[in-house]
Amino acid sequence: MATSSRLDAKVPQGPLETKWSKYRSSVPLVNPANKRNLDIIVVGTGLAGASAAATLAELGYAVKAFCFQDSPRRAHSIAAQGGINAAKNYQNDGDSVYRLFYDTIKGGDYRSREGNVHRLAEVSGSIIDQCVAAGVPFAREYGGLLSNRSFGGTQVQRTFYAAGQTGQQLLLGAYSGLQRQVGMGTVKMYNRHEMLDIVNIDGKCRGIIARNLVTGELERHAAHAVLLCSGGYGNVFYLSTNAMGSNVTAAWKAHKRGAFFGNPCFTQIHPTCIPVSGEHQSKLTLMSESLRNDGRIWVPKAKNDTRPGNEIPEEERDYYLERRYPAFGNLVPRDIASRAAKERCDAGYGVGSSKLAVFLDFAAAVERYGKAEANKNNIHNASDSDIIAWGKAVVKEKYGNLFDMYKQITGEDPYQVPMRIYPAVHYTMGGLWVDYNLMTTVPGLYALGEANFSDHGANRLGASALMQGLADGYFVIPYTIGSYLSNEIRTGKISTEHEAFVKTEQEVRERIEKLLKIQGKTSPEVFHRRLGKIMWDKCGMARNEQGLKEAIIEIRQLREEFWSDVKVMGTATYFNPELDKANRVADFIELGELMCIDALTRNESCGGHFREEYQTEEGEAMRDDENFMFVSAWEHKGPEEWELHKEELIYENIKIAQRSYK
Amino acid sequence: MEGNMSLSLKVWRQSNKETAGGFENYKLDSVSPDMSFLEMFDVLNEQLIEEGKEPVAFDHDCREGICGSCSMYINGRPHGPLRGVTVCQLHMRSFNDGDTIVVEPWRAQAFPVIKDLVVDRDAFDRVVSAGGFISVNTGNAQDANSLPIPKEAADDAFSAAACIGCGACVAACKNASAMLFVSAKISQLALLPQGQAERSIRAEKMVAQMDAEGFGACTNTGACSAECPKEISMENIARMNREYIGAKFSSSAV
Repeated sequence: MATSSRLDAKVPQGPLETKWSKYRSSVPLVNPANKRNLDIIVVGTGLAGASAAATLAELGYAVKAFCFQDSPRRAHSIAAQGGINAAKNYQNDGDSVYRLFYDTIKGGDYRSREGNVHRLAEVSGSIIDQCVAAGVPFAREYGGLLSNRSFGGTQVQRTFYAAGQTGQQLLLGAYSGLQRQVGMGTVKMYNRHEMLDIVNIDGKCRGIIARNLVTGELERHAAHAVLLCSGGYGNVFYLSTNAMGSNVTAAWKAHKRGAFFGNPCFTQIHPTCIPVSGEHQSKLTLMSESLRNDGRIWVPKAKNDTRPGNEIPEEERDYYLERRYPAFGNLVPRDIASRAAKERCDAGYGVGSSKLAVFLDFAAAVERYGKAEANKNNIHNASDSDIIAWGKAVVKEKYGNLFDMYKQITGEDPYQVPMRIYPAVHYTMGGLWVDYNLMTTVPGLYALGEANFSDHGANRLGASALMQGLADGYFVIPYTIGSYLSNEIRTGKISTEHEAFVKTEQEVRERIEKLLKIQGKTSPEVFHRRLGKIMWDKCGMARNEQGLKEAIIEIRQLREEFWSDVKVMGTATYFNPELDKANRVADFIELGELMCIDALTRNESCGGHFREEYQTEEGEAMRDDENFMFVSAWEHKGPEEWELHKEELIYENIKIAQRSYK
Repeated sequence: MEGNMSLSLKVWRQSNKETAGGFENYKLDSVSPDMSFLEMFDVLNEQLIEEGKEPVAFDHDCREGICGSCSMYINGRPHGPLRGVTVCQLHMRSFNDGDTIVVEPWRAQAFPVIKDLVVDRDAFDRVVSAGGFISVNTGNAQDANSLPIPKEAADDAFSAAACIGCGACVAACKNASAMLFVSAKISQLALLPQGQAERSIRAEKMVAQMDAEGFGACTNTGACSAECPKEISMENIARMNREYIGAKFSSSAV
């Protein structure tokens, strides 16, 4: 297999360990006086967007940042719970840049690019330094130094955290840096604005069309480079742990204007989420993977055991992850933990009223911590109830906000009974195809963070999304953008009166008018739910050829129906969330089709992509490295028409092996 | 439909900040106690769309109690009846069959209504821009463990930093004061060694911007903290006052 001539990953030559440092020192620079005359647009203000916008403004570029929320501080990175990885080796447990690199490649089931992942591991330490300097209050030990915990798919403790609110603290740190630049006038912030298209002039991305969501007005914004930091597309499944507003629109518009879409079928189903409780459900809530540090996952050994979890004796429990994967136990990667939960529930061992749940139990951790506290306090004859009380206090300090959230949603107290959890859609490894510079196949258009495909292969390890978002924004794009912008210093101001702006704006306007004119019978919400059901049933945790073929037909029918029967209330001249939703759902429907096509094309199982036809006797994912060790990069050619380009993945430093966590 | 609760809703409807608003009454049946309050609003909106009426606009996003978007004033209390809980995490099991529920937007001069229950909270962003940060450009940082911070200080800073910027404190306050929000940020950074360099100027600038936005003064009633979904402590306000007075005595700026 050879890489398509349309794809040039531009990974620097030379040994893996020095690719980035050498490249960073040789990438062309833009002098400060010229930076002031170069405009950069950043779409999205999560970890990737906020850190990129602030850092580029610090360097002197003229930045405009856009978010659809009412404030940049509300981007969905805020909801990340468990932590952020970095190869600091503060715990002296043998961590290193190479190990983080290796774990990430292996965790991704050998479907990510070596050069990009090694760079990610290299800059990971600087991220922690930067965040601490910016005032992020990470958890600390009594000696005043930073605390770490474990996450799935690793055997070292390299995860930095702030209770169960790490994403919040990191985003507020990046946001404060962004607001500092806004105050200085170097970033112009556009909140409650949604990007509805990119504008290409002579083969280069030169700006965007954005809609002011308060007034409904369409606006033209020109720039020398556009950065999409617009997050993932998990909401294509309707039910996911994403925020209600998370959407694919920005990335999808870019895709339709020439940006190839990489590995769209690689989606992450997170093993520990609160199970669905009814038809009214609007979203699913994650219970952080950090809980698997201390929680043990089990189901009853007997089918249809309806006793409450805390009344089932130890010998009647099946700790199936510890049984199947003794080396990693409850800390196997997410794809494996999710499939194992599904396997037990499908086999009839599920718990709760829906039988689609397994237990996550903290009783053992409470006892262990309680005893440790007793020892710390020099009490050697503590009563069982005292030990449990102390243990609960420790668990509360570590995970209190998660326990409260669980109680609030389910009405059950997880300090008394084991949590019930089930897998749910959480993250998308796929995204816009980018080269080593994070540039898409459209010159001048970049994708950062979850919006790109680059670092996580077919499965992302826990606590690596925050790392990647901040790596891209703080430490990668500020350097790599120079290789493009150094050639733009003679371009001058780009006029929004250019015919490409006029034409693109007109196309956006026509689509909005079309949506409003249909006045059918079905709300955007109902279409979204129906799409989600197709995707979850046929392109979810397990996929097969027949189901995917059916899904493609059903999605095409759904699209036809949407464009003839959607009912969008109100008009486009004021704040109208229904119209915003309709716009997003229309794009999700098109994306869903491409995801199914990609899943159908990839005749292997790897990471989160599990094709039932391709599994080992023990039910593990079976890769086909000979035929599928490539990135799928899809080029949009027209309605229902895509062309597949392949980027061959070459592993020069890692020995490819069957992934094993046993 | 799956539940058995029936509710009467009195919901504030307002086209924009220029026009006057008013309450509309709606009946909703088959509400499940397991629904979140916002999911109940989803059901209401689907019902309104079916009737050919415009759905109620309300801010919401993560629905996990952390983004700070949701902002409903329910039966006279920001975020409803429970302590330490945002609207999105409030579930209908906290209400009874047959209840009448009154839902209003945050009401404060500094938070103009955009539509129905949606208000403009840009003032908070501007207060942060005035000084709610540590001026450290990317790349300047030293090794993270070169600066030990006592666990207690780190924990206190974290407790203040847990603020989600929803504005419930302003909505709860009879003076529409933003002191809890502003003091949480000032406290977080004043408690950490990294925040010392700009400690004085930060307090001065953030307070000045807070006043310029039209937020009221603090009369130490404590409704802000009582209604705060993250239970941010009033101690932060006391600390902010100390920071501010100290800064004013020692500084010639602002």
